[in-house]
Amino acid sequence: MAPAKDFTLSELVIAAASEAWRDDNELLVTGIGPVPRIAAGLAKLTYHPGLQMTDGEAWLTEDPVPVGPRGDYKARYSGWMPYRRVFESVWSGRRHAMVTPVQIDRWGQGNISMLGDNLEKPKVQMLGVRGFPGNSVCHKNSMFLPSHTKRTFVEGEVDVVASLGFKKDTWPANAPEDFVEIGLMVTNLCVFDFNGPDHAAQVLSLHPGVTFDEVQDNTGFELLKAEGMNETPAPTQEQLDIIKRLDPTDVRAKVLKDNPPGIRAA
Amino acid sequence: MNKEMSLKSVVAELRDGMTIGVGGWGPRRKPMALIREIMRSDLKDLTIVAFGGPEVGMLAAAGKLASAKYGFVSLDFIPIEPYFRKMRQDGTLKVQELDEGLLYLGLRAAGNNTPFAPTRVGPGSAVMKMNPELKTIRSPYGDQEELLAMPAIHLDAALIHVSRADRTGNTLTFGPDPFFDEFFARAAKKVYVTTEELVDSVASENPEDMKANLFEPYLVTGVVDAPLGAHPTTSHYSYGWDASHLKEYAASAKEDNGWQTFFDKYIADGEESYRDAVGGDDHIRALPIPTI
Repeated sequence: MAPAKDFTLSELVIAAASEAWRDDNELLVTGIGPVPRIAAGLAKLTYHPGLQMTDGEAWLTEDPVPVGPRGDYKARYSGWMPYRRVFESVWSGRRHAMVTPVQIDRWGQGNISMLGDNLEKPKVQMLGVRGFPGNSVCHKNSMFLPSHTKRTFVEGEVDVVASLGFKKDTWPANAPEDFVEIGLMVTNLCVFDFNGPDHAAQVLSLHPGVTFDEVQDNTGFELLKAEGMNETPAPTQEQLDIIKRLDPTDVRAKVLKDNPPGIRAA
Repeated sequence: MNKEMSLKSVVAELRDGMTIGVGGWGPRRKPMALIREIMRSDLKDLTIVAFGGPEVGMLAAAGKLASAKYGFVSLDFIPIEPYFRKMRQDGTLKVQELDEGLLYLGLRAAGNNTPFAPTRVGPGSAVMKMNPELKTIRSPYGDQEELLAMPAIHLDAALIHVSRADRTGNTLTFGPDPFFDEFFARAAKKVYVTTEELVDSVASENPEDMKANLFEPYLVTGVVDAPLGAHPTTSHYSYGWDASHLKEYAASAKEDNGWQTFFDKYIADGEESYRDAVGGDDHIRALPIPTI
C-alpha cells in the first residue's frame, strides 16, 4: 500500500516500532507505555497474529485493547496472564517487551532505577529496577525513547544497570552467547540497533529530514551507519487507520514534544 | 477452631525487628487497616517485604521501618511512591532493591524449605551491588553456568487482604490477579488475613468458586473482619483505589510536617474515624475500579 501523505511523527514512530516483532515466533508481547502498546497492536493486526498480549491487567485479548479511556469499547478475553504467569513467560524466553529506560549506554545497558552514584541516597529516585534485570537476560527487548538526547543516550555508563547489555565482562561465567538480546531502538530521530561489529550501535534509518550528524550530536556514544541505512518509511493509510482504532483519544499526540508532523517543515 | 482476631490483637503478636511480608501489588489489595494499626502502635525496626504500594511509604514515614525489601514501590497512577521517593532521596530509608521476579523466587524458596533458588536473573545487574549478600553458584552439570543463588526470604509474619473468609481460615480472594499472596503465606511463620467479608463458612456447592482460594487454612493464624480495610487501595471487585485520597497523601510529602498532618487527620484516631474522615463507607464502596 502507498505511504500516507499526512501523518505525525508519533505515527511514523509507531509504524517503525511495530517492525520490532517481525522475525519473532509466537510469543508474549508487552509494550510498556502508549507507543509500545499501539505498536505491538499494530504488529499483531498487520502481519503477526501470533503475538499475544494483555489488556494491561491480567487478561489476554486477541483484539488489542485500545490505549486511554475505553469509552464504549468492550474487551473480549481469551486467556489469563496474572503476574505469576508473566514471570514464567519471562524466564522461558517466550516474550519480547518494548520498554523505555531513562538512560541507555553504548553497551545497550538501561537504567530505570535511580540517578546518581550513591545507592544509599539517590539524586533522583526513579522506579527501581523492577523486572529489568530478569527481562534483559531472559528474552529480547526493544526500546522506545521519545527524547533522543545525550541525557538519554549517555556518555560512559548508565548510573545503575537495571537491564544488562553487551558489556560482556559483567556477564556471569559461561553465560550463553545470546544471554542478552536487544531488538529495535526507536527514537524521535531514528531507528537503530546494537548489531554493528562487536554489538556497536548502528543507525538503520533516519526519520524524514533528520541527518546522521544530528543524531550523532545528540548521542553520548559513537554511532555507525548500517549498511543500507535509509529513511524511516512513512506509515501507510492502512496503518494509520489501525493506529486510530488502537488510540481513539489520540494519546499519541502527547508522547513527543510539541507533537511534530512526520515530515519536518523545510 | 476459631481464628478470629482483632486488628489490635494481631499487632500485639508482632515484635520489634520482625520481617513482615505484605500481600497485594502496588495500590492493589493491601491490608491497610492492619498497616494503620501498626502505625498506631509502638512497633519499630520492622523489615517490610512487598511488591510495594502505599503501605511501604506510610510505614517508612511513620518511622516503623529498619529496611524495605521490594520489587518496586509504586502507586501506579503515581509511578513512584511519594514517601519512598522522598526518604530515599533524603538518604533516610534503608532498602534492599530486588528484581520483581527475584522477590517471588526468594519467597518460593522459603516456602519450599530450600536455602536458595537458582536463576539467571541478577548477575551483571545493579541488584548485586544493592544486595551485597547475594552470591552466585556454578551449575554442577556440564554447562558450568554461573547462576544467582537467590536466598530464601523468610518472613516472621505475612499480612494479606482477602475478599471473603471464615473463622477456620478458609479464604477466597477475588479479582483478576492473585499476585503473590500464596508465596507470602508459604514463606511466613504466621499469616494474618484481613477480610472484606467474614462469613460463617465459605463452603459452596460450586467447586469453581474455590479456585479463588489461594492458600490452605492450615497456613492461616488469624482472621480479622475488616470490611473496606484495603482502602485507599483496590479491593477487587468491591472498590477501586482512592485516587483523590492518594493524591492528597502524595502532596503531603512535599509539605513541611506533611506526614504528621496527614497521620493526625486520617489515621491517628482509629479505623472507624478513618472511614468517616476519608468520606464514609458509601464513598469507599462507590470508588470505581481503575482500568489501565
